[in-house]
Amino acid sequence: MSSIAKPLALPHAEEQEDPREQLMHDPRSRGEMNDMVMESMHSTTWKYWTVTGILAVIVVVCLFYAWYYLIMQGLGVAGVNRPVYWGIFLVEVVFWIGISHAGTFISAILRVLKVEGRRPFTRAAELMTTFGLVQAGISVFLHMGRVWLSYWLIPFPNERGLWPDFHSPLMWDFMAISTYLLSSTMYLFLPLIPDMAMARDRSTGWRKAAYRILAIGFRGTEGEWKNLITAMNIFAFAIIPVMFSVHTIVSWDFAMASRPGWSSSVFGPYFVIGALHSGMAAVAIVLFLIRSTMKNMKYFLRPEHFDLLGKLMLMVSMAWAYFYFNDYIVSWYGGDKWEKIVQEFTEKGPLWYLWYAMLFFNIVVPFAVLWNKKWRQTPWLLAIVGLLINAGMWLERYIIIPETLTINRMPFTWRLYVPGVEIVLTIGNFAFFFLLYMLASRFLPLIPVWEVQEGHESHTLRKIGKASIPTLSDME
Amino acid sequence: MATDLQLPVFTNNSENELAGRWGMVIDQDICTGCQACVAACAMENNIPFVGEADAGYGRTMHWIRIERFWQGTFPEVKMTPYQPVLCQQCHKAPCEPVCPVFASVHSVSEDINLQVYNRCVGTRYCANNCPYQVRVFNWRDYTDARQRPELVTLQNQLNPDVTVRRRGVMEKCTFCIQRIRHVEDTAQSEGRDVRDGEVVPACAQACPADAIVFGRVDDPTSKVSKAAITSRGSHMLEELGTLPRVTYLAGGSAQ
Repeated sequence: MSSIAKPLALPHAEEQEDPREQLMHDPRSRGEMNDMVMESMHSTTWKYWTVTGILAVIVVVCLFYAWYYLIMQGLGVAGVNRPVYWGIFLVEVVFWIGISHAGTFISAILRVLKVEGRRPFTRAAELMTTFGLVQAGISVFLHMGRVWLSYWLIPFPNERGLWPDFHSPLMWDFMAISTYLLSSTMYLFLPLIPDMAMARDRSTGWRKAAYRILAIGFRGTEGEWKNLITAMNIFAFAIIPVMFSVHTIVSWDFAMASRPGWSSSVFGPYFVIGALHSGMAAVAIVLFLIRSTMKNMKYFLRPEHFDLLGKLMLMVSMAWAYFYFNDYIVSWYGGDKWEKIVQEFTEKGPLWYLWYAMLFFNIVVPFAVLWNKKWRQTPWLLAIVGLLINAGMWLERYIIIPETLTINRMPFTWRLYVPGVEIVLTIGNFAFFFLLYMLASRFLPLIPVWEVQEGHESHTLRKIGKASIPTLSDME
Repeated sequence: MATDLQLPVFTNNSENELAGRWGMVIDQDICTGCQACVAACAMENNIPFVGEADAGYGRTMHWIRIERFWQGTFPEVKMTPYQPVLCQQCHKAPCEPVCPVFASVHSVSEDINLQVYNRCVGTRYCANNCPYQVRVFNWRDYTDARQRPELVTLQNQLNPDVTVRRRGVMEKCTFCIQRIRHVEDTAQSEGRDVRDGEVVPACAQACPADAIVFGRVDDPTSKVSKAAITSRGSHMLEELGTLPRVTYLAGGSAQ
């Protein structure tokens, strides 16, 4: 282990940053860290089982039973009508795919850029990708009129001689989401291997059997590490364009249609940045929950990590504001008759408050809170900001899909959308997302502990002026 | 040994196998808005009754509807001509390329836009992309007599030439393709061409004012072609470039 320079006693100690803010300043031995992570996975209280049980009941009732009801009755029990053929189900699809972007962004982009602060929360973010995509996939199937025939979208040679139509943006979407689900699951699995090996060596019974399979025989030899790091590098670079393409293609479902309010060429990047906006915010919520409910997590998740996340949220929020303005101003200045009607309906129609709430939650709230370092470092405050941003982004998708669909080129058919069973299914979706996290938190190490250890070992603390800064050692 | 997969090719270039291009002219100045076409269409094409609640929520399933508007504010209102709106049978239909499973297809021989009910999986993208909003969706099992006992006797009126659709399927006006096919088959067995005015869709047949004229628009001598080229004619949302096949006549009776 490299030597760690101890900070000298300074005359102005109160001006110093609190060393406890930074994980790097508080090193512990590898065995100790491993034990802390294992303990967090093993310790379950009655509160944990109560919450998990309630979530499971909600999932069974609000998701599975309501879905059964929806399938048996037809989409009439939902709120969709003419002209709002797409309702909250599609809102959920876009929302959850947006949430899923955070994992890849934090894990892949920050890994490629070697941002040190990412280390303790990459796993939680990567899990968000997979779990978010599960919800998005469910919502796609909820949306379909005859879901039992959804395998017709899969291009495989069959005796019916039928083939899907690759002209359709929905087919691109289907391809993009399934590619993303596969690649992000593999990308989640690769950094998990050393942790699975660690857990295998420290557990007994069924856990040991499961971890042994998941660790695929990882022993920690130098050759294995070399191969693993190479594979992770390849995946980290390869998954970034996949991430950007997925939400661009999702936006094409709308941008390619000839609808006023949808047909916009900026939708691709606008949707990508919107996805990051909601995804970062969701990571903040999940990190807060993990930190405040699980054992030993206060050691790994420090204010510095929330600080980093807060900065990212602020940056993405401003980028989102820029893209929204870009999309808005072009259709406003263009003066197309139908675009104008759609804009006026959004701002002055019966649902005007959704538009203002969206702008307030997505732009004003992060801008007002996240410039302050002390506030950024307060986990509960960051979680509340994240919650509001997610509400704002959900409303943004609601405005883009059901509200814009209310207006079309045939004024005779204009009609408002009132959600029906979608609300129940949405609750079920959210419960399922959190249930997956609850179960994963006791089965997978939510902290990639080997990455934290790697961070400790590859850095030394150097004194620069008053501050002691972690600097790269000779290892990298 | 590699198998030669016969994958379908998506194409709109159907000139070679074209049996006849059908079109319609609707004279809005004659239309009285009596809704006879709506009722006739529902009877001919087995369009279900959706019930009061769903109809009030914008889930009526009629393939043709009479749009009515007025100009001005309340006391001084002036009715504009009634506008029967049905599928415009676009030559370049926006609903076709967006279907992921080829359920919304272009008929090669008649050059009209058809929906393959048993292929539809209900993504409803076609209806979103239709600028005329003339596609209708089976929100529930409206034709299932097990769920709606009042349908047990009403089932006897169903047209045996037309499929009864189930829930989760998109449907739309077909220009009464079953009648077109019937007339074509009769003409073929008698060894002659289809005569002008021989094919009459249900809406045109029911129209008491004869406001709806149907026929082949690729035959310049047909009644519908002559009516379509008058200066009163216009196409709905022509600026979108969908090349609709329905011509609306309005604006005086000078011609």
